[in-house]
Amino acid sequence: MTEPRYTPLRARHEALGASFTDFGGWQMPVRYTSDLAEHHAVRQAAGIFDISHMAEFTVVGADAAAYLDYALAGRLSAMTVGKAKYSLLLAEDGGIIDDVIVYRLDDADFLIISNAGNRDAVREALQARTDAFDVTVADVSDEYALIAVQGPAAEAILAEVTGIDEVSIPWAEQKYYAWATATYAGKPLLLARTGYTGEDGFELLVAAADAEALWDAVLAAGEPHGLVPAGLAARDTLRLEAGMPLYGHELTLETKPAQAGLGRVVVADKERFVGKDALAAGPAPDARVLVGLSAEGRRAGRAGYAVVAEDGTPLGEITSGALSPTLGHPIAMAFVDASSAEEGTAVFLDVRGTKIPATVTALPFYRRKK
Amino acid sequence: MTDLTALKYSEEHEWVALDGTTATIGITDFAADALGDIVFVELPAVGTELSRGDVFGEAESTKSVSELYAPVSGTVVEINDAVVDDPALVNSSPFEGAWLIKVEVADGALDGLLDRDAYVAITEA
Repeated sequence: MTEPRYTPLRARHEALGASFTDFGGWQMPVRYTSDLAEHHAVRQAAGIFDISHMAEFTVVGADAAAYLDYALAGRLSAMTVGKAKYSLLLAEDGGIIDDVIVYRLDDADFLIISNAGNRDAVREALQARTDAFDVTVADVSDEYALIAVQGPAAEAILAEVTGIDEVSIPWAEQKYYAWATATYAGKPLLLARTGYTGEDGFELLVAAADAEALWDAVLAAGEPHGLVPAGLAARDTLRLEAGMPLYGHELTLETKPAQAGLGRVVVADKERFVGKDALAAGPAPDARVLVGLSAEGRRAGRAGYAVVAEDGTPLGEITSGALSPTLGHPIAMAFVDASSAEEGTAVFLDVRGTKIPATVTALPFYRRKK
Repeated sequence: MTDLTALKYSEEHEWVALDGTTATIGITDFAADALGDIVFVELPAVGTELSRGDVFGEAESTKSVSELYAPVSGTVVEINDAVVDDPALVNSSPFEGAWLIKVEVADGALDGLLDRDAYVAITEA
């Protein structure tokens, strides 16, 4: 076993009384007080999350854009400076190594943020694909902390944080899936209007040494707005309601993008990219597809539970499931046979031997009001 | 407030209060905190015969599912419908409002259970 890792905000979490859990080799706050209260705070006001465990890579060089078109599933060369884009890092066989967000910092300068547990695999794949390109990939994860401020009050809170100055784009004009720059305590800060909760919000990339001061400053500014520190338990139910996939659950090396509803992320007509040939062959005829499931009552289907027909015939398997805090009924994402994937199809969840009726439902389960 | 030193405890984090031959059973604050917010509780029917160690129900939080183990043998004589209707009681009032079941027990049914000090010791191990 390798030693558990802690983010630069460990002491803050301990002082706030957080319970910790292992996530991708990191000891992360799972909750501070109540995961339901933290969930509702993000939907109604705001929450602050430490997501410093996530990995960051810089991609710099004259061929950076062309390189990313080859190394990732999307057409990153078409993204303008200032924008961010969700993308996939595929294996040669079309399986998913990770899902990432790519930020175009300049014409030949990109930032990639990937999942914590895939840091080594992402670094290895990115570096193995540089050969034909004038580009340098660097793992800069240890230099930064990443703090997410999510919820309808996020913009108002961040605009009031003491110490954030020189914001390059007025807060209200910052677009979703775009970034701006600022300074915190005089040092560079990247502000990305992205998130993993289904709410408006920002992710702040800050030098690791300044993370604690920034965390304190956001908490102080946010308190009158109802902001609370929120842990991974709330983050998981929030993203599930928003229909967002989680690597290791909805996305794996064995999952092809189209199965997971991510066909739109793959620009198949690019001349070449890793995974192109395998995906051109199309999905296996018996490939299961990702669907949303809604049930009644309070008893949730969990990851690994079977989805079955009334007579018990296996139809698929749940990858994530919980009692939705916002909606008040159980929701789940599951891979099911294509014949059972149509919206409205009645199925059953095998909850430890009890069959719970469920209905195939369009994702996301929850969409914020604009 | 419940006098926690008057209760007996199991290693599976249930507490037992004995009144005559009726044992009231719940889960401890330690267990409730470890589970997180409880959102679903399933309890046995009145009349169910339990042996010590039997699974008598389930408590689900947003993140996990935990089985409930009978700390004593006996017959279920009452269940707490309030906690089935409002599972959050387990978090807010584990020793009072969120008692789970009452069991009619024989003499000596609590033998071998832990006292408060011994229970606290295992939660701090």
